[in-house]
Amino acid sequence: MSDAITMVEAINLALHSEMQRDDSVIVLGEDVGVNGGVFRATVGLRETFGIKRVLDTPLAETMIAGLSVGMAAQGLKPVAEIQFMGFIFPTMEQIICHAARLRHRTRGRLHCPMVLRVPFGGGIHAPEHHSESTEALFAHIPGLRVVIPSSPKRAYGLLLAAIRNPDPVIFMEPKRIYRLNAQTVEDNGEALPLDSCYTLREGADITLVSWGAMIKETLEAADLLAQQGVSCEVIDVVTLNPIDHETILASVAKTGRCVIIHEAPKSCAVGAEISATLGERGLLSLQAPVARVTGYDTIMPYYRMENHYLPNTADIVEAVTATLEFS
Amino acid sequence: METVFQAQISYNQFLSAAGTPLQALPEWAGKPDILVRYYRNMVQLRQLDNKIIALQRTGQMGTYASLLGAEAIEVVLGELMLSDDVLVPYYRNHGLQMLRGLPLADMLSYWGGDERGSASATMAQDFPNAVPIATQALHAAGVATAIKIRGEKRAVVTVCGDGATSKGDFLEALNVAGAWQLPVVFVVNNNQWAISVPRSLQSAAATLAQKAIGAGIRGEQVDGNDVIALHESVTEALKHAREGKGPTLIEAISYRLSDHTTADDATRYRSNEELKAAWEREPIKRLQTFLHTQGWWDEVQETAWQKEVAQIIQQGLDSFLQRPPQPVEDLIDYLYAELPDALKEQREQLIRNAQPGGNHHE
Repeated sequence: MSDAITMVEAINLALHSEMQRDDSVIVLGEDVGVNGGVFRATVGLRETFGIKRVLDTPLAETMIAGLSVGMAAQGLKPVAEIQFMGFIFPTMEQIICHAARLRHRTRGRLHCPMVLRVPFGGGIHAPEHHSESTEALFAHIPGLRVVIPSSPKRAYGLLLAAIRNPDPVIFMEPKRIYRLNAQTVEDNGEALPLDSCYTLREGADITLVSWGAMIKETLEAADLLAQQGVSCEVIDVVTLNPIDHETILASVAKTGRCVIIHEAPKSCAVGAEISATLGERGLLSLQAPVARVTGYDTIMPYYRMENHYLPNTADIVEAVTATLEFS
Repeated sequence: METVFQAQISYNQFLSAAGTPLQALPEWAGKPDILVRYYRNMVQLRQLDNKIIALQRTGQMGTYASLLGAEAIEVVLGELMLSDDVLVPYYRNHGLQMLRGLPLADMLSYWGGDERGSASATMAQDFPNAVPIATQALHAAGVATAIKIRGEKRAVVTVCGDGATSKGDFLEALNVAGAWQLPVVFVVNNNQWAISVPRSLQSAAATLAQKAIGAGIRGEQVDGNDVIALHESVTEALKHAREGKGPTLIEAISYRLSDHTTADDATRYRSNEELKAAWEREPIKRLQTFLHTQGWWDEVQETAWQKEVAQIIQQGLDSFLQRPPQPVEDLIDYLYAELPDALKEQREQLIRNAQPGGNHHE
């Protein structure tokens, strides 16, 4: 057993681990080599695996995505880093029109086993364009998988799974909690499933559904509510495409109430999809409307005002209380 | 002030538009075998092109991007690429795809709206047609990166039109190919028109080949209607790639003698005079003149070949028309390696709707 490590260290560990196991894994991106990545997620890889497997690319995001498609079609497993979510948008054409579509449009003749790792989310006082949460854009794309870990252990196992998966995976890393907590992560090479929610805490009164960095506030709210005698079940969605609706439906069948918490703007977000599915398939078990605690439908602000934008523990407690009081 | 950098772009041409040599021909062109093959292949592509357009006009084919005027580029690349090279095509390379082994019925399937046209095992590692402009240039760079990492002696060829050179993907691909000295050949089929936008509005650059200079790679212009010049340029570029000497950009000057696609009407934006003048430079007639002069091709051979080609095309067409429809579940089954549970219900709905009595039964 190793010492406790943070999420970003767990990501680094998973990269080391899988590159050791599989020669076809290639890491590429801006500053990922000599510099070890701006968040240090790729530190040490170049020294261990050499310049043929850790590629410092020219500064061009579309190129990183398009190059990965070409490499993946050749049987390599590119793991590309896009430095921040705010810079991922030039890659959208390559992701939607090619990465997500290659298997389908060639009827399996070619496929695209690539991972795009991207730090996302607010709360670290970053420059403009560095704090967005646009997971819904990707979750909407058929042929993609979208994965968001929320702890070091799961980041390790989910990244292994993402790299081994034969289809393209957008691996979104909630950077606010990159170094928040440390856990002991055994480098056992065991991948986690890419189609399962995790029930982080069992409870009887209400189901809280969240992912990424908001898991922190969600668990804090559950703690506060427990002191008031409210028993919250907390579900970490983890895989936003495909979503494990069954786990959420089963939980709400038990609790009858649900609050969905995410950082992204409210409209057309993944929370809306979960809420709609609860309406379609869980209506009769609902004792109150599904509530959403989310960012506002506005631009993610520059850091002076990000605390006004980001949902907090009090927002969650308030929504839970209102949902419990509904009759 | 001192000059810190200078560059020039050369233009490669051997046969005049009238089919006469403009300079001493390379040794291989002193024999009929390759040149006659080029000619026969171009004649076949042109007849096929006419046939597909006729099929489209009668509702048997979807929107189709004609190869008219691109035949020389197609046949030369088809001749010189090896089977373990990788083609990363755009949507005007189906002649080249067939020369690389794609059965005509598969090619017709693609243009007939059926993804199985991109599934043929004969395509090996070649990419399917890129429809979004210039995106394929980056895939080619990625394939070339894989080849370079593995230390293989293979080349990648990607083709795009003149419009694509305005796009970031194209320039980013040239740039990384230069930075990493990738084994890739970028061929620009500069056919002068991107739908209705003429070459003059795409760029102030005097040549598109000079975009190579900004990326630090080899670049040259070649007469895209002259198979001999194309053969020389492509041979050299492929040799460079396979020997690890880096990428090349070839700007092949051609002319889109057709509409952009069958959904386009070029009379809306370009003059008859310009089109008429372009027909004077087209690739087939000039090679035919040259072959006649050399005594390597005559009217009897021409008639026999045209007849044979018609039969070949008819056979391919018959095979295409007899192809059973694809199973409707293909619409979902090839999305992921393993179908997510969340999609199983939609798959059942899709199948149910396609069955007799279903909402979408055909």
